[in-house]
Amino acid sequence: MKIQAKNIDFYYGDFHALKGIDMEIAQNTVTAFIGPSGCGKSTFLRLFNRMNDLIADTHLTGECLIDGKNIYQKSVDVDTLRKEVGMVFQKPNPFPKTIFENVAYGLRVNDMGNRTFIEQRVEESLKAAALWDEVKDKLKKSAFELSGGQQQRLCIARALAVSPSILLMDEPASALDPISTSKIEELIYVLKEKYTIVIVTHNMQQAARVSDKTGFFMLGELVEFDDTKKIFLNPEKEQTQNYITGRFG
Amino acid sequence: MKHTEKELQALKEEVSQMWKLVLSQLEKAKQAFLNNDAELAREVAAREKHVNAFELKIDSDSENYIALFSPVAVDLRLVLSLIKINITLERIGDFCESIARYVIEQDTPIDAQLIEDLQIEKIFDTLAAMLSDCFVALESENTRLSGKIMQRDNDIDIIYLNALDVMTAYLEKNPAKIKVGLKTILLIRKLERIGDHCNNIVEEIVFYVDAKVLKHTGQ
Repeated sequence: MKIQAKNIDFYYGDFHALKGIDMEIAQNTVTAFIGPSGCGKSTFLRLFNRMNDLIADTHLTGECLIDGKNIYQKSVDVDTLRKEVGMVFQKPNPFPKTIFENVAYGLRVNDMGNRTFIEQRVEESLKAAALWDEVKDKLKKSAFELSGGQQQRLCIARALAVSPSILLMDEPASALDPISTSKIEELIYVLKEKYTIVIVTHNMQQAARVSDKTGFFMLGELVEFDDTKKIFLNPEKEQTQNYITGRFG
Repeated sequence: MKHTEKELQALKEEVSQMWKLVLSQLEKAKQAFLNNDAELAREVAAREKHVNAFELKIDSDSENYIALFSPVAVDLRLVLSLIKINITLERIGDFCESIARYVIEQDTPIDAQLIEDLQIEKIFDTLAAMLSDCFVALESENTRLSGKIMQRDNDIDIIYLNALDVMTAYLEKNPAKIKVGLKTILLIRKLERIGDHCNNIVEEIVFYVDAKVLKHTGQ
């Protein structure tokens, strides 16, 4: 298993945000987390590259393993972990730099290779993010000149540039129009050949279209985790059924 | 092609494979009947299990496609059509099996002249042509053939009605053959029903391609 979460409990101060979560995620699969706002799905996603460390007064118990190694051990270097586990956020967040420099950023700050290597890696990453054809003639232009959908693919390219093996996506298409959303979804489908992808989405159809496994969260609990086909055709739990059919609440 | 489109194409391809299997069943049932070939008939009966298994697989894949991809417009019409065509093909498969069982269980062959007078071979050939043309219509997404296919069903209906008269006259002359006569009429009735099922397939293809509902309109 690529990722293993074992009996995870997580607290924001006194608030018990995640309750005894167990999950195993296989390599080269797409896993989607769905659930109502505040259910803990984004909190759980952010555990995998320790983004929650940045929030004050939080507390974690349990184990989170990547490639069999507990990423919360003191010996783990968080910067190295975040190279291994890339992340794409809800809103495209390119840096105020050129398109090229956005993708090259992670390579430069981590001192990963010479100019030729960086140029090659930028091109590969932009191609992998299905953006190369659209930007190859304007790499020196500001990233802000790109559309929202292009900016999000640029952020994916930036994440891919440092050669992660896991890609976390927190609502990656919620700020995009349907065509850009479709491009991102197609990209996710293609990228799973090389990466293990975990995606949080409010869009249940998106989870159904792109993922192999789906986890339904509610009130900090993982209600059901199963093959996406099973979740969307014949879920085990009534709560899952009520949520995906829109009867919830 | 996007992965959602590939999934839909794969579903369509499965139905095409099912179609070829059922066409093959119909052709073999015809040969078994005309040549009174019990061995071939047994093969048709055995392959019916494959047809049933294929139906279940397509059912399951269609359910998954709808659950996962929430199709709309032309994609939704295609999936709905494929589901109904799949059921219809399976029923045609059942009829082929019935014909095969008729051959297996038949003690004495039917008079060759009677088979000719009943025009059974012509019915078989017309049905095979209808089923093939339906396949072409779906593959090419072209409904121009629909009128021609439906006309052939009318031709079969006429042959069927004529067969009742032919059989009545035959049984008046050969009252001892009443049992085989009734069985043969039942068999022709099954063939006539296959024609009706081909018509249903045409209606589904028109629904998919032209978004028109022909059912119960008499068109």
